[in-house]
Amino acid sequence: MDHHTEKFVPKNPVVRWVEDRLPIINFVKPSFVDYPTPKNLNYWWTFGGILTFMLASQIVTGIILAMHYTPNAGLAFDSVELIKRDVVGGRTIQAIHATGASMFFVALYIHIFRGLFYGSYKAPREILWILGVIIYILTVGTAFFGYVLPWGQMSFWAAVVITNIFGAVPIIGDPILELLRGGFGVDNPTLNRFFALHYLLPFIIAAVVALHIWALHVPGNNNPVGVDVKDTKRDTVPFHPFYTMKDLYGLVVFLIPFAWFAFFAPDIFGHPDNYIQADALKTPADIVPEWYLRPFYAILRAIDFNFIIDSKLLGVIVFAAALLILFVVPWLDTSKVRSGSFRPWFKWFYWLFVINFVMLTWYGSVKPDLTLGEMFGFGPSGPPVKDISKLSVVYYFAYFILVLPLLGRFEKPRPLPNSISESVLKTPVMQAAE
Amino acid sequence: MRTPLAMIRITALVAALFVAVGLAAPAFAQDEVTIAKQGWSFAGPFGTYDKNQLQRGFQVFKEVCSNCHSARLLAFRNLAEEGGPEFTEAQVKALAATYTIADPDAAGGKRPGIPADRWPGPDQSKADLEASFGVVPPDMSVLAKARSREDKFPFWILNYFTAYAEGGPDYIHALLEGYTEAPADAKNPDGTPFKLPDGKYYNTVFPGHVISMPPPLSDGQVQYAPGPDGKTVPLTVDQYARDVSAYLMWMAEPHLDSSHSAGFEVIAFLLLFAGLMYFVKQRVWRNVEH
Repeated sequence: MDHHTEKFVPKNPVVRWVEDRLPIINFVKPSFVDYPTPKNLNYWWTFGGILTFMLASQIVTGIILAMHYTPNAGLAFDSVELIKRDVVGGRTIQAIHATGASMFFVALYIHIFRGLFYGSYKAPREILWILGVIIYILTVGTAFFGYVLPWGQMSFWAAVVITNIFGAVPIIGDPILELLRGGFGVDNPTLNRFFALHYLLPFIIAAVVALHIWALHVPGNNNPVGVDVKDTKRDTVPFHPFYTMKDLYGLVVFLIPFAWFAFFAPDIFGHPDNYIQADALKTPADIVPEWYLRPFYAILRAIDFNFIIDSKLLGVIVFAAALLILFVVPWLDTSKVRSGSFRPWFKWFYWLFVINFVMLTWYGSVKPDLTLGEMFGFGPSGPPVKDISKLSVVYYFAYFILVLPLLGRFEKPRPLPNSISESVLKTPVMQAAE
Repeated sequence: MRTPLAMIRITALVAALFVAVGLAAPAFAQDEVTIAKQGWSFAGPFGTYDKNQLQRGFQVFKEVCSNCHSARLLAFRNLAEEGGPEFTEAQVKALAATYTIADPDAAGGKRPGIPADRWPGPDQSKADLEASFGVVPPDMSVLAKARSREDKFPFWILNYFTAYAEGGPDYIHALLEGYTEAPADAKNPDGTPFKLPDGKYYNTVFPGHVISMPPPLSDGQVQYAPGPDGKTVPLTVDQYARDVSAYLMWMAEPHLDSSHSAGFEVIAFLLLFAGLMYFVKQRVWRNVEH
């Protein structure tokens, strides 16, 4: 964004000496202090900052855990328990890390769905969006590797099921499978490489986050009305103190449920079977991934039929497509209007998409034969999950492939405000438009 | 424009819905067994262990459970630590000394236990126990966290707001009370008449109802000494089951008391901090229409 920032000359001679040689203050100031930010951002926009905090929190707690953890199939389970029992503060650090993964995904999903509603992926923010999708996929991978490390029953069998997915790829499937597992089955080599990757990926995520923020700072923030900044003076405020304070407030509020779970119910997001040490000879009654992966697990399981190709490979293709389709969303949505607030039809399809995604999450947590009636506690009645989840998969893809391209052509958006500053004025004209 | 508080409320609701739905504890058909929630002293954010109950529970564990079940993560010293049964150091030292610990460095490969030792486990080998019962009795260190119970939709959503974490003790308590004769009209999942295999027992709570563990408790089996406060409790299976479930929860989550009090302080601080940040934010933004 086109903005000018005054060169900062430190008064302190030592700081000035450093600044002359390494102008770190003048690097940070335009991007994080003076950075002009639309004045109308709502609280959905605080999740970017919250996610940055969560990544830092996971890295810090994770490094401390790694100092005490033993990546060995015979010792891993007990070493996690010993962290909780005998390491000073270990119970708290482990709980913050484990529940932190779930809270990370809560914030991540809100951030993604905020982008989908306000059209934050549209020109000129396509690369910003794509970097975000890369961060999401890397985070999914990191969380999965992390879940395997305590080496409980769910850790082990999740590793078996998820690595098996890659085995469905023709020709190169088996070599990939062996490479991932470090052998023919999930065992100590698998645990070792997952530990190495779980330690590595967060730093790659941090690097992509840096690119994500860089790509954000070129066009500047989108905003709830989706109208470009026309006049920096009237439409924006400096990032500091306006958004530093607002984001900090949002973060502190977010930390309240986080602390609630970490201190009072650290296992509420997990599966009790993960407190049973991994046993390659005992398959658990039900194998379910963590909640944040269940929408995609439901998509994978919904493909239980052969269509031209075998159901296993087809499932993997559809599963991969469900993630990869996010990359092309900027080009699928043909509407010129960014913000969903001004799109009367889009709103309905969008909220249906949100509900559908929540339902997919639910389908991913229950047995495929469970009927709709049983899901809601009325006894066996209605279609089984394996059938109704297919409808949800269809809508998931239809939203991207049909709704977004067609709506842009047929929908008549409501009139947009002329500028951000006009949109926030409490005049009768604007209230009518709201 | 919506007010900030309304937005936060919506955010919180959507987040709660999102998380809760994902966690919809899989409603696996267990023949409609309902395991009732019990009132535990350690339930909820303000809960703490009842020291006397943990001491009684330890007695049940020591005299009954530990004959077959190991507890490899328990150290004798834990029994004297704060937030646990809180036996005195001298009691723990004396207790540890009554056990023989395998130690290659000791003369004869064995020596009496000291508080730093881990719980030695049953005298019988795993193979012998498996020969007797058909299964190796599971280690009890984290057993209370490896078991749980489920609520039907929409009641499990409430569990996130009450910080429900007592599914394990609820299950263990119900299991210990769940031994009955197999109902005459019991059926297998495939509809054929049910027949209890030899050497197995019928339990209403255990998945599949066929359990290898004989009913471990009977009324009057464990003789409790009166507590330090002079109070006595009934010597019933229900009381034993309650006490040992609480004890197993402590063994699985030994720092619960300190976690709860730390959590209370952290959340009180965050609420105050959030309130202050709200006013800071309001003041910073007071002259900006947004």
